[in-house]
Amino acid sequence: MQAAVIAAMAAAHVQAGTLRVEPGDGAQERLQAALIEAKPGDIVDIGAGRFDLTDGLSLDVNGVTVKGAGPAATILSFKGQKAAGEGLLVTSDDVVLRDFAVEDSRGDGIKSKGADRIVYRNVRVEWTGGPKEANGSYGLYPVESTDVLIDGAVVKGASDAGIYVGQSKNIIVRNSTAMYNVAGIEIENSYSADVHSNLAMHNTGGILVFDLPNLPQQGGHAIRVFSNRVEQNDTPNFAPKGNIVASVPTGTGVMVMANRDVHVFSNIIGENGTTNVMVVAYQSAFTDKNYDPSARNIVVRDNQHGRAGWAPAFPGGAALAAALGGLFPSVMWDGVGGAAANVQLKDPVMTVSLNLPAQGTPITQAQPAAYVAPATAPAKDLPTIVMTAAMEAATK
Amino acid sequence: MRRALALGLAWCGLVSASPSPQVDDALILSDAMPTRLQDFGLLVDGKTPAPGVIPYHLNTPLFSDYAVKFRFMHLPKGKKAKATGDGLLDFPVGTALIKSFGYPADMRAPGQDMRILETRLLLHRASGWVALPYVWNADGTEATLKRAGQRMDVSWTHSDGQVRSISYAVPNANQCKGCHVSGAAITPIGPKVRNLDDGHQLQALAKAGLLTGKAQAVRPMPVWDRPDSGSVALRARAYLDANCSHCHNRAGPADTSGLWLDWDQPADTNLGIGKRPTAAGRGSVGLEFAIKPGDPAASYLVARMASTEPGIAMPELGRSVTHAEAVALISQWIREMK
Repeated sequence: MQAAVIAAMAAAHVQAGTLRVEPGDGAQERLQAALIEAKPGDIVDIGAGRFDLTDGLSLDVNGVTVKGAGPAATILSFKGQKAAGEGLLVTSDDVVLRDFAVEDSRGDGIKSKGADRIVYRNVRVEWTGGPKEANGSYGLYPVESTDVLIDGAVVKGASDAGIYVGQSKNIIVRNSTAMYNVAGIEIENSYSADVHSNLAMHNTGGILVFDLPNLPQQGGHAIRVFSNRVEQNDTPNFAPKGNIVASVPTGTGVMVMANRDVHVFSNIIGENGTTNVMVVAYQSAFTDKNYDPSARNIVVRDNQHGRAGWAPAFPGGAALAAALGGLFPSVMWDGVGGAAANVQLKDPVMTVSLNLPAQGTPITQAQPAAYVAPATAPAKDLPTIVMTAAMEAATK
Repeated sequence: MRRALALGLAWCGLVSASPSPQVDDALILSDAMPTRLQDFGLLVDGKTPAPGVIPYHLNTPLFSDYAVKFRFMHLPKGKKAKATGDGLLDFPVGTALIKSFGYPADMRAPGQDMRILETRLLLHRASGWVALPYVWNADGTEATLKRAGQRMDVSWTHSDGQVRSISYAVPNANQCKGCHVSGAAITPIGPKVRNLDDGHQLQALAKAGLLTGKAQAVRPMPVWDRPDSGSVALRARAYLDANCSHCHNRAGPADTSGLWLDWDQPADTNLGIGKRPTAAGRGSVGLEFAIKPGDPAASYLVARMASTEPGIAMPELGRSVTHAEAVALISQWIREMK
C-alpha cells in the first residue's frame, strides 16, 4: 500500500530519508505528496528550477527538512495560486526550511503555526512586482511557537511585515535582509527575542516591536534589537488601511509600541525621514482589561545615528518639526506613562518627549519638550536568547 | 427539501442496488489507507449507503461552493455515540463518518443527474481520527485515495438558470486537518448535538440504539436559510459557527487572530464587534473593523466572505465562489446590530 502511494506521487526515494522533487508537470501534487508522505527525519529535497503552483503547500510532519538548491535556484512561484492563505504552511515541530524561494504568494509567503523549534535558513520570499498593496501580507510568519530561528532570510515587497514573528516565545531573527516591505521586521505580542545583525532598508518602517489587545498571547516583553542596520526606510506606506502597520509613518527606523523591557542598542540607524527611533503607546481605543497599552522599561543606547526627521510623515508632523526648529527628533517618545514608564533614551542625539498625558491622546495635543531621563537605576541587560544545539546545527 | 431528497435518494438507491456491500469494520479499525474507497464497503455508490450506514443531516451545514452533500455515519456493532451537552457527539472507536460531495446538472432539479466528485472519510481508529479523501472517476464507478488533493473542473446550471463553472478543489490530507483539528488532534466538526437537533433526528438515532445521553440540545442551532427556524441573529450565528468556528475558536487554527466565531462566543470584541485586524494584512480590504455595528459595508467580515481572491477570501479553503445568500444574511445581522 505504502509503495503504491509513493509510486503514485512519483517522488522517487533517491536515498534513505530523502524525497526528491523536480520541477515539471504535476509539480503541485508531487511536491504536496512528498510533504505529506515524509517521515520524521526525512529531507524533502526540491530540485533547481521554477515550480508553478496553483494551491498552497503544507507540511504537518515533525522533524522534516525542506531543502532547495538555493534561494536563486529553487523557486516556488504562486503567481497562479487559486486558494489558500499562504504559499507554504508548516504546522509541525522541529522543521527546517532552507535554500529555496517563495514568490508572489497571494496571501502570506511562509507561515508556521504552533511549530516549535523551527528554523528558517537562507530562504527568500519576494513579491516580484515591487511594493504594492495587492501583495501578500507577511513574508515569513511564524506564530504561536516556542523557539523560532530565522537566519539569513531575504524578504521583499510584503504589504504588511517582511519578517513577522507573532505570539511566540524565544526568538532569534539574525543576518536577514528586509527591503521594500511596509514593516521590515516585526516582533508582535512575543516574549524573549533577539533581533540582530539584520539589514532593514527601504521599508516604510525598519524594525517594529508591537503589542496588540484582544489576543491569546499579549504583554510583549524582553526584546533586544541590536547590531542591525536600519537605514533609508523610505517606501511610502502601502499597507491596506485598518492594519496596525498602516499607521507606521514612512521613514521610521525602529518603532517600539506597548511592550516592556525592550532594549535597542548598537544599531546603525539613519536616513529615516520621520525618525530613527520611536517609542509609543498603542493609540486606538480598546476594551481589553488585561492589556497594557504603554511602552515601559525601554532602553535606547549606543546606536550610531545618521540623518533623521526631515520629512515626518504623519498628520501634524510638519508642524511639530517646525516647532522643534525644523527637524523632527532622531529619537522620540510619546511620553505616555511619564517617569514611571522608565523609558531610558541615552543616545546623544536630539531626543524629545511629546508629553502626551494618557493613552489615546491625539498627537495634536502634544507638548513636545526635550526628553528628561527618569531617576531610575540603569536597566539590567536582558539575557541572550539561545536556541537548541540541533537548531543551530541545522543552520550550518 | 434538499434534505428530504437526499434521504429519499439514499434509501431508493439502497433498495434498487444489486448485491449490497458489507462494511469492513476491521479495515476501519486497521492502520491501512486503502487506495480504493470500495474496500470499506460503506457505500453502494457515492450517494447510497450500504446496510448499517445511516444518513444524517445538519441544521446549518458548511458551504462548499454550492456542492450538494450526502452525510452518513457507521458505528461498530453494538456501540453507541454519546451525547454530552450541545457539542460534538462522542463517537466510539470504529466509527466511520462519510461525506460525499456532488453537483446535479441543474440545481433546479437537484435529484437528477448527480455527479459525485469526492467522498471524504473520517475514521475513528484506536490512535485517533484519520481523514482520507477519495476522488470518484468520471463514471462514478470507483473512488481512489488522493492524499495530495486534486483540482477538478465542474459546471452546473445554478438555481438562477445561469451556468456556473469552477475549479473544484479536493483538499489534501493536511488541508483536511487544517479544519478538522482541535489542539493537535484530528476531530469531526459537523455532528454536534446543537446542529443535529432538529426535533427528531437525535431521537431517531436513540430509538435505533445508536445514541446514549440526552437526545436534545439546550440551544439547538436554527436552519440558517429558514426564517421560521430562528431570528436573523441566531441564524447568522449558526452560519458563522458552521462555516467559520472550526478555525476561528480559542483552540483552533485561527485562534491567534483573536476572532472567535463559535456559537457560544459572547457578543464582544472577540466576536469581531469593533475588532481591528490583527494579522489580516490585505484581508482587511482597507476596513477598520471585523464588524462595525449597523454598517455591513464597513465590516471586513462581510468583505472577506464576499471576496473570491486568495489572501482575502474566507474561508481560505473550499470556497471559490461567493455564497451570496449567506453574505446577505450576515449583512442583515450587522445592519440590525445596535
